[in-house]
Amino acid sequence: MSLSTDTRPIRFFHRGQIAEVEGAATTRSLLDWLRVDARCTGTKEGCNEGDCGACTVIVAELAERATAAPGTLVGGLSIRTVNACLQFLPTLDGKAVLTVEDLKTIAGGALHPVQQALVDCHGSQCGFCTPGFTTSLTACYERHCEAGTTPSRQQLADELSGNLCRCTGYRPILDAGQRMFELPTARLDTAPIVAALKTLSEQPPLHYAADGQQFFAPRSLDELATRFAAEPQARLVAGMTDMGLWVTKQFRELPLLISTTEVDELRRIEDGDGVLRIGAATPLEDAWRAIAARWPALEEMGLRFASLPVRHAGTMGGNVANGSPIGDSAPALMALDAALVLRRGERVRRLALDGFYLDYMKNALEPGEFVQAIEIPHGDAATTVRGYKLSKRYDCDISGLCAGFALRLDAQGSVAHVRLAFGGMAATVRRARSAEAALPGQPWTEATLEAAVTALAADFKPLTDLRASSGYRQRTAANLLRRLWLETRVEAPLPAAAISVWHRAAA
Amino acid sequence: MNSSTDAFIRQLAATAGEVGKALPHESAALHVAGEASYIDDLPELAGTLHAALGLSPLAHGRLLGIDLEALRALPGVVAVFSAADIPGPNDCGPIVHDDPILAEGEVHYLGQPVFAVIAADRDVARRVAARAKEFLRIEPLPAVLTAREAHAQGRYVLPPAHLTREQSPGATRAAIVSAPHRLQGSLSVGGQEQFYLEGQISYAVPLEGGALRVHCSTQHPSEMQHAVAHALLLPANAVQVECRRMGGGFGGKESQSALFACVAALAASKLRRPVKLRADRDDDFMITGRRHGFEYDWELGFDDAGRILGVEIDLISNAGFSADLSGPVMTRALCHFDNAYWLPNVSMHGYSARTNTQSNTAFRGFGGPQGAIAIECILEAVARALGKDPLEVRRANFYGVGERDLTPYGQRVEDNIAAPMVDELVAQSGYAARRGEIAAWNAQSPVLKRGLALSPVKFGISFNVKHFNQAGALVHIYTDGSVLVNHGGTEMGQGLNTKVAQVVAHELGLPLARVRCTATDTTKVANTSATAASTGADLNGKAAQDAARQLRERLAAFVAQRAGGIDAAAIRFADSQVLLPDGTPLPFDTVVADAYAERVQLWSDGFYATPGLHWNRETLQGKPFHYFAYGAAVSEVVVDTLSGEYRLLRADLLHDVGRSLNPAIDIGQVEGAFIQGMGWLTMEELVWHPQSGALLTHAPSTYKIPTANDAPPIFNTRLFEGENPADSIHRSKAVGEPPLLLAFSVWLAIRDAISAAGDHRVDPPLRAPATPEAVLDAIEVVMR
Repeated sequence: MSLSTDTRPIRFFHRGQIAEVEGAATTRSLLDWLRVDARCTGTKEGCNEGDCGACTVIVAELAERATAAPGTLVGGLSIRTVNACLQFLPTLDGKAVLTVEDLKTIAGGALHPVQQALVDCHGSQCGFCTPGFTTSLTACYERHCEAGTTPSRQQLADELSGNLCRCTGYRPILDAGQRMFELPTARLDTAPIVAALKTLSEQPPLHYAADGQQFFAPRSLDELATRFAAEPQARLVAGMTDMGLWVTKQFRELPLLISTTEVDELRRIEDGDGVLRIGAATPLEDAWRAIAARWPALEEMGLRFASLPVRHAGTMGGNVANGSPIGDSAPALMALDAALVLRRGERVRRLALDGFYLDYMKNALEPGEFVQAIEIPHGDAATTVRGYKLSKRYDCDISGLCAGFALRLDAQGSVAHVRLAFGGMAATVRRARSAEAALPGQPWTEATLEAAVTALAADFKPLTDLRASSGYRQRTAANLLRRLWLETRVEAPLPAAAISVWHRAAA
Repeated sequence: MNSSTDAFIRQLAATAGEVGKALPHESAALHVAGEASYIDDLPELAGTLHAALGLSPLAHGRLLGIDLEALRALPGVVAVFSAADIPGPNDCGPIVHDDPILAEGEVHYLGQPVFAVIAADRDVARRVAARAKEFLRIEPLPAVLTAREAHAQGRYVLPPAHLTREQSPGATRAAIVSAPHRLQGSLSVGGQEQFYLEGQISYAVPLEGGALRVHCSTQHPSEMQHAVAHALLLPANAVQVECRRMGGGFGGKESQSALFACVAALAASKLRRPVKLRADRDDDFMITGRRHGFEYDWELGFDDAGRILGVEIDLISNAGFSADLSGPVMTRALCHFDNAYWLPNVSMHGYSARTNTQSNTAFRGFGGPQGAIAIECILEAVARALGKDPLEVRRANFYGVGERDLTPYGQRVEDNIAAPMVDELVAQSGYAARRGEIAAWNAQSPVLKRGLALSPVKFGISFNVKHFNQAGALVHIYTDGSVLVNHGGTEMGQGLNTKVAQVVAHELGLPLARVRCTATDTTKVANTSATAASTGADLNGKAAQDAARQLRERLAAFVAQRAGGIDAAAIRFADSQVLLPDGTPLPFDTVVADAYAERVQLWSDGFYATPGLHWNRETLQGKPFHYFAYGAAVSEVVVDTLSGEYRLLRADLLHDVGRSLNPAIDIGQVEGAFIQGMGWLTMEELVWHPQSGALLTHAPSTYKIPTANDAPPIFNTRLFEGENPADSIHRSKAVGEPPLLLAFSVWLAIRDAISAAGDHRVDPPLRAPATPEAVLDAIEVVMR
């Protein structure tokens, strides 16, 4: 196929009209554009790396093109909070950006219920994080108003996993999150946004160039595959939750970027024929909800996976392909025997995730090849699956240690199937082969467990770093196996409430 | 359903006048709309340039050269400045002059600014500055990276401080040696990054005649003014420093905003262009210091009731490479080791260790928390040794009322309410019943263990340096009756401007909406003190009240005279009215307009100096505090003995703010301080590379402060009923720092849960921060 070389400006909906951008670097952040170019300074920079949430904004897409999770749909739009500091401007093309400046407009010039509730509950002190909290709560407000529901305090705290406040201690902000639903309603009028986005959707796929840099946003899988095979030196860009830092902190040059997230075929989740198939450009939030729907024990891992805005922007394929040794998805996916569908030009191949990671930040992708989908076999319904994460903080922290376990016992109580995968224990996420080998066919007793624990010591030689020491990693890797045993032992298995400080009573 | 604390705020009885009302923060509506301006939000003047700092890549070394020509030749670079370009002394140290603005001769820590790159574009400046190590020639020198190591080598930023108070010479040793029980131990408590959400920033604008205006995010505008004037050899009257608000300060912008102010001012002065220096978050972490980590070695003797007879302790702080505020921080630590307890014989030795790391500085509590946590840890050890509930041991050691009330620094505790507060909290929180429930729960829980702890707080209010305890204010009444207040304090989110405006509104009988506070500005109120030591409202509230009272008296005199010589003192100001003795109301606005027409001065200054303070910094004796603020907290946690993970399940806080100026703001301070203190003692771990000295936790990706999910699901905060016996502003008490110490209860509850894992046989050797790893380490010891 032939590839278009015509460039055009970036166009997105902002403050009631279509903004058109030319000349800005392809890696210019939405945050800098808002603050410096558009002089909308309500959105703040606190860290410039997606961890503080002071720059949280709402990005809206047309519901029909977004292949979006039902929970994000509001009046014909799919709305998600993201960190503006991590969004390259061209990725906003064809979308709408809502910031704290939009709220009084929505409320007809008065304070929006979210804002009024924050004032009434004394939810701001220094005020610097407040616009970010306001936008996070607004997205929450719109979704719950749409659904006719109200969130619990626990759900509100989860919604705010990407917003740091150093002043209040959060209690008044959570109060405001409940109070906002008690005030007279003010809803986003989505009609003008929908109309504008429909107009924008008639544009050709984005090819944007500035100052020697290029950005392509193909809309079909074939076009993406062809483009990347032809220009394998290009960088694929998806959620920018890691790549954004290459620019904001490392000042790396990225002359040629190809986006994956405009390809609808990469954003589909299909669950059938014994396999859960997740398109690589599916947002992590949607992907993990689908995984947790099938394996409920993995729900907590999803909640603790980065923050909500990062899960909105970040993609499943990006997380897997990035291949961090402490990435939160890989251990669980490996325990589930997930496989990757890899595409290069017209060639499609399947590779077990277990064989994908070669060394520290090195994987089996060939030049011009990319992850198209992640396939997770349903497996045997009798298999117990667990995902355990250890970190200094519950929310939005990089794991010191992360484990994904799968275990099935036969009718006699012996181990019929086992997968023990760990992150944070080696240069890549990988399975504990020795510990696994100690288990099949053995009765699932404490003696068997301790044999696996002994074998585990030979599997890994973890490092000491700022997150955990080598010794802690060794000890807790063993203890997580013990936790698994305590939860699954034949006699008197312990319920989750007796084994995890994070256990939540059923809602 | 909203929280019980929210319900508590709402049910507080309305008071007459604006003082005492739970009014929203004066900027709340601006905050939520994104309309509150921080320095980076100010419209940039034409020609504005941006600065970025080139940092030392080594922890210690001899600076042999900077390739300035090569730096200046890079595309987009407008100018590069180094220490040689500073016209005056290259120093921004607040007390001791050992804090270079830009490194000269030696580099003292990895991250120390060596040069400043100026460019039209901030990104260009950052990119060039990030390449610093290509342009620096540094000969490495050995680096000392830990306080223990520096202490072993006798490397200090200041001479050691000793504070001994005993019943007779040598009595401390004797009491320890002859006591029925003796214990010794050590403790390690980490530092803490302020993590103000708005990073350090200064924007310097050249004015005529070589003068400068510096917009600076700072708690101490006057000191910034002096630092800039000093470095640029300008008279103070040629430097204006302005700060409308900070996006958080927490002590980090008391002295350490100076480096940024000086560099921006230097560049603006040299280039005659506006220059903005906004540090990227990572640079902010790498350049600035934070709360001092402390190491402790202690020994004590006590009786069968757990009463301390004698205690001796070494406190070793990590000062970093320079003195900064380490001296006063150590003084406050020594003056808070007693916390709420009578120590009949005590000997303290404070060492401010010099290390090749960022220079540590003020952080909410300013050494107070580091002093008091040691005695709390010690009392727990005593309780465990005797098999008693720690609360019983605490009560046995409380200061008395009218006896057993002399602090180690010679001030009597005359306002002690620790015991009744603790009694009230014990009842409110169901402490006794929960003790039993938790023991029963733990007995049937093999993996998870719960812990409970109550800790009290007594915190001294005033600067330990007498002359800082003064403040000024200006109040203007305009002819339309609206009022403008300017004072020397700074707004960093703590609600100071709200409280001061309430005081002024109250004095003039106006609603808060008629009173506005403006930016802190060194051209309005001169020679201000830092907004620090929790004293903002105490000092500036009194000064503004003084100004407003003069205006009220002037207006009353005018009205009295006009009414034919009635008694001016009988005229009242309330509800926007001036009320004559017979009850006749005159609209305030009309009175003001009439007074103007009759040439009555409608603006006034005000001044306040805290009475009765004296302090000898050689002997560490005197009356450093105007009064004490008290509090107590009960926390309950659950700990996982397999992983060391834990969760705070419930917190009950009772805090003493005297008669609150604004209960909503005060509760915000109490809860915010509690969660911040919890972060310090639990998850906020600072890690330096053990060889290179690089701070590895230099951004929120690696340095973890609490999130909404860390706030306890049950969180009850109450204010203690009572008024300040000292003559403070409307009998309120300072509230910024004291409640940070309430978070001890979280750390102590974790210790209690760990202790339960070993059937309370062993005092858990838990360090702070109590990360899951630290918790698991302690669990392994108690279960051994």
